[in-house]
Amino acid sequence: MALPSPEDLKAQIEAGVPGASVTVIQNGSPSAQHSLLLDAEHARAVAELLRDHDGWRLDYCSLVTGVDWPDTETSEKVKVKKMVKAADGTESEEEVEEVRKTKVAGYLEAVYHLFSMEKKHGPVVLRLRTADRGASVHLPSLTPVWRGAEFQEREAFDLYGIIFDGHPDLRRILMWEGFKDYPMRKDYVPPADEIPVVEVHR
Amino acid sequence: MANDLKELKIELSKNGIFTTTLEELYNWGRKNSVWPLTFGLACCAIEMIATTMARYDLARFGAEVFRPSPRQADLIIVSGTVTKKMAPQVVRLYNQMPEPKYVIAMGACAISGGPFRDGYNVLKGIDRYIPVDVHIPGCPPRPEALIHAFMTLQKKIDEQALTGAARPRHLQADLPSEFPVPEFGEHGLEPPQNNAVFHEAEGNPLKVIQ
Repeated sequence: MALPSPEDLKAQIEAGVPGASVTVIQNGSPSAQHSLLLDAEHARAVAELLRDHDGWRLDYCSLVTGVDWPDTETSEKVKVKKMVKAADGTESEEEVEEVRKTKVAGYLEAVYHLFSMEKKHGPVVLRLRTADRGASVHLPSLTPVWRGAEFQEREAFDLYGIIFDGHPDLRRILMWEGFKDYPMRKDYVPPADEIPVVEVHR
Repeated sequence: MANDLKELKIELSKNGIFTTTLEELYNWGRKNSVWPLTFGLACCAIEMIATTMARYDLARFGAEVFRPSPRQADLIIVSGTVTKKMAPQVVRLYNQMPEPKYVIAMGACAISGGPFRDGYNVLKGIDRYIPVDVHIPGCPPRPEALIHAFMTLQKKIDEQALTGAARPRHLQADLPSEFPVPEFGEHGLEPPQNNAVFHEAEGNPLKVIQ
């Protein structure tokens, strides 16, 4: 039995786990590997359903990784009506172009790729997103569901700073204890003496 | 004076009399029995191993005995990428070697960080912490390059004067034979370099000119 389409999967998950909300994120590339964005609250229950469902049996978590989506700022030009004072002192209403900037808060993402060894199908791609990149970077750990996720969640914690609640042994794995930064985040700055400097001719 | 002596020696040898100096004899013995440490870090180590095998045969230069203990080694070939996590161990191994001791920095990574220079985890050259005698560029350098470096080191040993102000470190009691081992800090290694050892080259192409 082949895997259902992402939309069917979403519907069946939402039926199987009360309260869960799943969003299908389309992948526009030729691979068309669409992913399922889970809400953090029900992620653990959804993961257990995916693993134990008779038709799916997604028993193998092949990959866990982090993604950093930094804060973005978009600007758009908007026409606004304004009172403008002319040189002779008279006021008149004119249309003026204004640049409006909107800030979109960033977040951290954990991505899981699931396969089924039993049914020989996959992958199903799961995404979990934190609320922001600062104070609330907590996500539920899926290590209790797939044991193999343990080291890779530790790696995502080490390099991106995602805190996996429920992880049995959440320590840094590549960098040393006492290291304060998260080097794979987009805004990581290496120590000053290590920044490669290039000759600049002006 | 030295040239006069050399000419005299040549003249004497033409007449069947062999002479030498203690310094020459001592350095000749040292340069032909440099024992490297069995120590490899990355892909450069594979080339280093190839250099010791029959085709390139480093044994021709008296360096076939790779010692498994730093206490018995004269030379450390830093063959490969030194990560920040590995750097303290490399310095500690170097500290554990008895004087006189020498360092070959093999490959782009050991010299400067090489292709991984921008990485958060890579030391930007082992010469930040220990004095390097010979640098070999290459990624990785071919065995011929390592042999060339080895011959350069032999030449350097051969030319060391045992007396006078320019005598090597191991004959100057007040110079250090151990170097501070860097510690893991909050953002990187502490200190970032040993300023007694690390000198930025003049005309460094990576220096900012504004």
